[in-house]
Amino acid sequence: MFSTKNFNRSKPVLFILILFPSLLWAYQFVTGNLGVNPIEKLMDELGLMALRLIIITLMITTLSNIKPLKSIVVLRRMIGLFAFYYVCLHFSTYIVLDHFLDIQFIIQDIIKRPFITFGFISFLFLIPLASTSTNNMIKRLGFKLWKKIHYLIYPVAILASMHFYVLVRADKTEPVIYMGIIILLLLHRIFKRLTRPQLAQ
Amino acid sequence: MKILGSEITPYKTYLNRRKFIKGSLASTMLATVTSSAFANHDSDLSIYTKNLNENDKLNSYEEITTYNNFYEFGTHKKHPHLNSGNFKPRPWTIKIDGLVKKPQTFDLEKILSNVTIEDRVYRLRCVEAWSMVIPWQGFQLSELIKMAEPLSSAKYVQFVTVFRPEEMPGQQKRTIIWPYREGLRMDEAMNPLTILATGLYGHEMPNQNGAPIRLVVPWKYGFKSIKSIVEIRFLDTQPETSWETLAPWEYGFYANVNPNVNHPRWSQGTERRIGEFKRRETLMFNGYEEEVAHLYKDLDLTKFY
Repeated sequence: MFSTKNFNRSKPVLFILILFPSLLWAYQFVTGNLGVNPIEKLMDELGLMALRLIIITLMITTLSNIKPLKSIVVLRRMIGLFAFYYVCLHFSTYIVLDHFLDIQFIIQDIIKRPFITFGFISFLFLIPLASTSTNNMIKRLGFKLWKKIHYLIYPVAILASMHFYVLVRADKTEPVIYMGIIILLLLHRIFKRLTRPQLAQ
Repeated sequence: MKILGSEITPYKTYLNRRKFIKGSLASTMLATVTSSAFANHDSDLSIYTKNLNENDKLNSYEEITTYNNFYEFGTHKKHPHLNSGNFKPRPWTIKIDGLVKKPQTFDLEKILSNVTIEDRVYRLRCVEAWSMVIPWQGFQLSELIKMAEPLSSAKYVQFVTVFRPEEMPGQQKRTIIWPYREGLRMDEAMNPLTILATGLYGHEMPNQNGAPIRLVVPWKYGFKSIKSIVEIRFLDTQPETSWETLAPWEYGFYANVNPNVNHPRWSQGTERRIGEFKRRETLMFNGYEEEVAHLYKDLDLTKFY
């Protein structure tokens, strides 16, 4: 049931499912159905979606350690690229719609406001991940180096969840849940490393 | 140039409704009565727009009542609108205590029979860098302060929001320390711009906007304008306020709208007027500089933000 073939087969459906929210929000934005403060709403929805997708990519790696779910890893690249897609939309909403390309102001904002700094660095770190996502790139870089580059997903996830945490004014439950999940997933990886001494020697 | 409804509009519809509500026995009927009997009121906008600044436009009733920060009903902007249906704003009393001649509890009806309800069209600037223009109905806080007869030693006024977790689902969670508290310096409280609002757009104050009575201090960030007030206390020391207690490095006691003093999370130089696409410049004291700047001439506003 959880064969590579089946996971691959589910990709087109998954593709549409993950793409759909962005199309819906764009449509609602254009038709004026995104509430009273549509720019804020659009930015929040895109950012939240991006963070959730980043966490899902981390989860996929963890899940692939469970024998019968090994093949789920074939979904990781697509979801990771979608995370980048949503981050790009989130960031361009901020630049174009929220601040109307006022670059001087935006630079100030990135430097002065810690939550924007976190978000921006997280975005920068995602660029090398997205641009080395093809099979061809894995070959060119060699798997070892490629893997090292892709460890960047850890700071990306931590910074993205901090970006959300600092933004929230009072009820921090949701960002804390995300941070908790990220920490658990990272702990699992550390645990895994520490418990495979035979291979390392 | 300014939005100041200094002119007193005889508020027929509003007063008629007040009588009607007094005569009504079933409080559960109020909701339906309010929406149907006064639906025609906002069709005549000229009552409010004559006091408008040329650069401002009234926000719609829908905008004002579906996008609110009122954490007692939840932390999302739409929560107050969605979760405030069970809140019962009548009957209502306000406890007056602290440094006053005689501590007492006023019935809201009694307060309202002693004051003049006027229209005030004010800009509201949220600390989160969005703003609206709202046609309030209310009366000057100074009128109630006179009724309360504070002692000369009273230098500050503290306000407390109602605590009813069974009607205000947001209070079931400790997002901030309940009840919500705010405060003003006595001269700020006595300023003619400072009002207690009991309605908007000619409607009884909607639950999500702070029914039945709330403060409106238009030159300060919105969080100063405390909602659903049940207690007013006169003090000789600066009172604790909710947001300042929660994050003193972000929110000060004064919280005057000031484009030159930035907040760690939001630049206060610009704001998004709800309903507009491009940001606009934030005005010093939210554009009420002429009326209130003198209150702060001896105060370092970067320190006392």
